[in-house]
Amino acid sequence: MSALLPSMADTPRLTRRTLQAAREQPLGAFGAVVLVVMAVLAIGAPWIAPYDPTEGNAALLNAPPSAAHWLGTDPFGRDMLSRLIHGARVSLLVGLGASLLGVCTGAAIGLVTSYRGGWADTIAQRLMDALLAFPMLLLALALAAVLGPSLPNVIVALSLPIVPRAARIARSSVLVLKASPLVEAAIVAGCSDLRIIVRHILPNTFAPLLVIATAYLGLAIVQEAALDYLGAGIQEPHPSWGLMMAGPATSLALTAPWVVVFPGLAICLTVLASNLLGDAIRDLTDPRLRGR
Amino acid sequence: MLDFIARRLAIGLITLIGVATITFFLMRVLPGDAAVMLSGAGAGAISEQELAEVRSKMGLDRPLAVQFGAWIGELAQLNLGLSLRTGQPVASEIARRFPYTLQIVVMAMVIAVALGVPAGLLSAARAGSWLDQTLRALSVGGLAAPSFWVGLLIILGLVWLFKWSPPLFWEPFWVSPWQSITQLIWPAIAVGIRQLALIARMTRSIMLEVLGEDYIRTARAKGLSEKVVVLRHGLRNGLLPVVTLIGFEVSALFGGLIVTEAVFNVPGLGQYVVTAILNRDYPAAQGIVLILAGIVVLGNLTVDLLYGWLDPRTRIQVSR
Repeated sequence: MSALLPSMADTPRLTRRTLQAAREQPLGAFGAVVLVVMAVLAIGAPWIAPYDPTEGNAALLNAPPSAAHWLGTDPFGRDMLSRLIHGARVSLLVGLGASLLGVCTGAAIGLVTSYRGGWADTIAQRLMDALLAFPMLLLALALAAVLGPSLPNVIVALSLPIVPRAARIARSSVLVLKASPLVEAAIVAGCSDLRIIVRHILPNTFAPLLVIATAYLGLAIVQEAALDYLGAGIQEPHPSWGLMMAGPATSLALTAPWVVVFPGLAICLTVLASNLLGDAIRDLTDPRLRGR
Repeated sequence: MLDFIARRLAIGLITLIGVATITFFLMRVLPGDAAVMLSGAGAGAISEQELAEVRSKMGLDRPLAVQFGAWIGELAQLNLGLSLRTGQPVASEIARRFPYTLQIVVMAMVIAVALGVPAGLLSAARAGSWLDQTLRALSVGGLAAPSFWVGLLIILGLVWLFKWSPPLFWEPFWVSPWQSITQLIWPAIAVGIRQLALIARMTRSIMLEVLGEDYIRTARAKGLSEKVVVLRHGLRNGLLPVVTLIGFEVSALFGGLIVTEAVFNVPGLGQYVVTAILNRDYPAAQGIVLILAGIVVLGNLTVDLLYGWLDPRTRIQVSR
């Protein structure tokens, strides 16, 4: 395990290494490309989407896919494709936000408490154990209900279940590193605790943290959709993938199956892409696991 | 071994206390006045004085610390209090719904293990073949599909193909086991697909590792048939991590059920906890959250103990 990212100064080398990595991990490269396309769609949604995602056409309720509406319309006569493109904003923002916030908070807690050891470590560990006992979605649901439905609140709610998981990963790395000559040398050289954590330990825990960050990116997207579906997340008329599927599925089955099918496919594709990318990063950083 | 069990039990107990504390404080900061919700009217529809009466009747006017102490005291006597919405004891509400949830979890796990382990074995034994590639692609897809969406697709498919309609009444297992199984099989499949994919992936990767070991080469060199080598020598050593995974995945199953039960409208704990949380029914929400987390802690404890029994090496290490 070594620090992964080459400095941005030598760009040609970075490009070459990226291309080489893409050749080694074609599935990971596919995942990265899908995520980039999704991001472009999300950022450019107002210009790319053919219709207004919140305005319905009363004459076209539950219309099947057609030349005018590629993916059909929903029960309010709104264009499905436009709502999907705008929904990518919510999903990507929440996925990225929740996984970054959760992994950073968890890593900070794990790094500091396990480096210090003693009672701080014990208390933190028991607290993390308790948090781990809650099913992820249940914890997020309870917190989302406490905070109230809004985009930032959903991000915070979904980041909480990630915290103890990231803390664990960070802790296990620290325990290994603490006993290593690397840290011993730093102590002898007179580095402060903070400096040792930030300059010597953090770079070496970066790879596993990056891997779980991509894994939780996908999971957070799925759970965000679940929260919306249950009515505890993003509220109508905002377009979100989870919200688009909410409603009586049995009646939609006969009238407009596309309303349920397409948002789920969008989630699958995004999560699949982030999982593939995560697997590729793991394989590249830890060659022992290659091909598993 | 006794020392090991005692240490594990102690940690489990501490975790449970932590779970109860987090649950309580998370629920009590829910916005929206429970008293207003309870009286069934919007704010302003009833006088402040009436509200105060409701609050004091429910004990919501006492300091948080006192309420917490009272709740823990009741808990110690296994009393979960009364639901604010229905006025029924929370424990009996939970007891009525729990069998459905438990049955789905068990069925989902059985499906996941019964299909996942053989799939992973086949994949590893024929690594690189088209069968392996197909199974791996399926498991990657299974991991990406949200369980509630799979549930929705199942409903779409059933309605479309068989003019199926969701049961209005879900038969409890003890009344009519067969009907209950056929009713709950669909939510079980929806929620189990993720675990199936995970188990298949994990089995494959562990078996690949195990099959590369020296003792496997020895077994092959002895002239044992490939079947005996893979099943007797390989699988027995590879199953341990899979057992751990199954234990930890119980938590994920409960998480998946929270929304899948809503999709299928199964009157289980998952649907109950969503209603309770969204309606600010503190005692009910606290009770269910505590029970679910408690089951997870017990599940992890069981895995730990099982692991210690199956693999004596883990007993000696002070593993955390």
